[in-house]
Amino acid sequence: MAAADDLKFQEFDDAANLLAANPDATTISIDEPVEIPKNQHSRLQEPGREEDDELLGTDDSDKTELLAGQKKSAPFWTFEYYQTFFDVDTYQVLDRIKGSVFPVPGKNFVRLYIRSNPDLYGPFWICATLVFTIAVSGNLSNFFIHLGKPTYHYVPEFRKVSIAATTIYAYAWLVPLALWGFLMWRNSKVMNIVSYSFLEIVCVYGYSLFIYIPTAILWIIPQKVVRWVLVVFSLCLSGSVLVMTFWPAVRDDNRRIALATVGTILLLHALLAVGCLAYFFDAPELDFPAPIIPAHNGTTVTTKSH
Amino acid sequence: FPGLADVSISQDIPVEGEITVPVGSHSPDEDYSTLDEPVRDTIMRDLKAVGKKFVHVMYPRKSSALLRDWDLWGPLVLCVSLALMLQGGSADSKDDGGPQFAEVFVIIWFGAVVITLNSKLLGGTISFFQSLCVLGYCVLPLTVAMLVCRLVLLAGAGTISFIIRLIVVVAMFGWSTLASTAFLADSQPPNRKALVVYPIFLFYFVISWMILTFTPQ
Repeated sequence: MAAADDLKFQEFDDAANLLAANPDATTISIDEPVEIPKNQHSRLQEPGREEDDELLGTDDSDKTELLAGQKKSAPFWTFEYYQTFFDVDTYQVLDRIKGSVFPVPGKNFVRLYIRSNPDLYGPFWICATLVFTIAVSGNLSNFFIHLGKPTYHYVPEFRKVSIAATTIYAYAWLVPLALWGFLMWRNSKVMNIVSYSFLEIVCVYGYSLFIYIPTAILWIIPQKVVRWVLVVFSLCLSGSVLVMTFWPAVRDDNRRIALATVGTILLLHALLAVGCLAYFFDAPELDFPAPIIPAHNGTTVTTKSH
Repeated sequence: FPGLADVSISQDIPVEGEITVPVGSHSPDEDYSTLDEPVRDTIMRDLKAVGKKFVHVMYPRKSSALLRDWDLWGPLVLCVSLALMLQGGSADSKDDGGPQFAEVFVIIWFGAVVITLNSKLLGGTISFFQSLCVLGYCVLPLTVAMLVCRLVLLAGAGTISFIIRLIVVVAMFGWSTLASTAFLADSQPPNRKALVVYPIFLFYFVISWMILTFTPQ
């Protein structure tokens, strides 16, 4: 009886081979860009890809693995070359942002979300938003802190926008460059299983900066304790995403070098947060109660601290 | 033709007529190149085009006139007037004041170029200058807001004037963003619309922030 054989898993050949074996078979070609047929097709083509199966994330993962070899074939002076870096949909960007804010323990951000489709949209616009958020929040926070004082005259502090832009774009592009160079150098000495391309590192850094946007808005609250709690909290979240991304890339290396690398990554991330907090946000001053001056004839006169 | 050998035209039948064939739509004005027209006509034609686009921005309908005949005069006029009105802000030192003329100019033009590149890289079908034209013209509500703010600040700089300015700027910011989105949204691929609209939102937000935080000396 063939029923038992029907239930057994059968390896299917490539569609071309099948057609060559049976030229009269009816074929269906699906033209519209539907995800599911391509997924099935790619799964049939690569049955032995088991190490990444538990890390499969979004639907387009298989398609992008397939297309990874064909992606950047346009020469770099054409417009189409740069369009390949913006090949993301809205839901993909939102997923990547979510993945950077809520780190899933054990899952790698690059493997899960980027999957050979690094984009430049996220890093660029998250950095732009962060620049203006920090400048505007800093300005607002200083305004509220110094509000009641008679000598205070509000200034928009527009210069700080250019300083913020330089700092944040330098962090988001130069640190990945240095890290990529360092990892390439170590790769030449120690064979690592995991290696990232420069754009993937830029992507991780760009998306990991997203947590600082709501943090910067909440830094308007003029309480020192609140601000520092926010720093620690956001550092934990985005720092853990960075650590979980880069630990597999260095863990095969010398123990001390691996720890030093991860430590430097976290230290620079912390320096960025603390530096922005110190430079753009004035320290909230404590309000002392009005001093009571005893007058000569025994009545007390209190002066209002206005 | 053997039968026609005997035909001859006698000398006294006059043969006359026009040898040129008149072409119907060929009006003499077409040859009358714009080099010869009065200067007033030249200027008025461009001014009317700019004015028509201003009207389109203030009452955004789904018309393609803004997109088809793009021009950058309107954005230039708006940008320069906005940058001029943002001058004269207070500053204790040069470092703390509002944006300088060059900074406003650079932000508006560089921002518009970056947004246009962004939408083209994401697969948009609009041309580069059409997008610049739309983004520049949609700065008009914010320029009006700046004018209103300066007038309100002439009356005083207290809390009430701030609330009025806040309401005006927020309303005009919404108008600008909605107007530019109405013109640009159709040329984007459908599952990336939010990715294209967000930078436009950020752009007009920054301009609105510069307008709102303007404090005179």
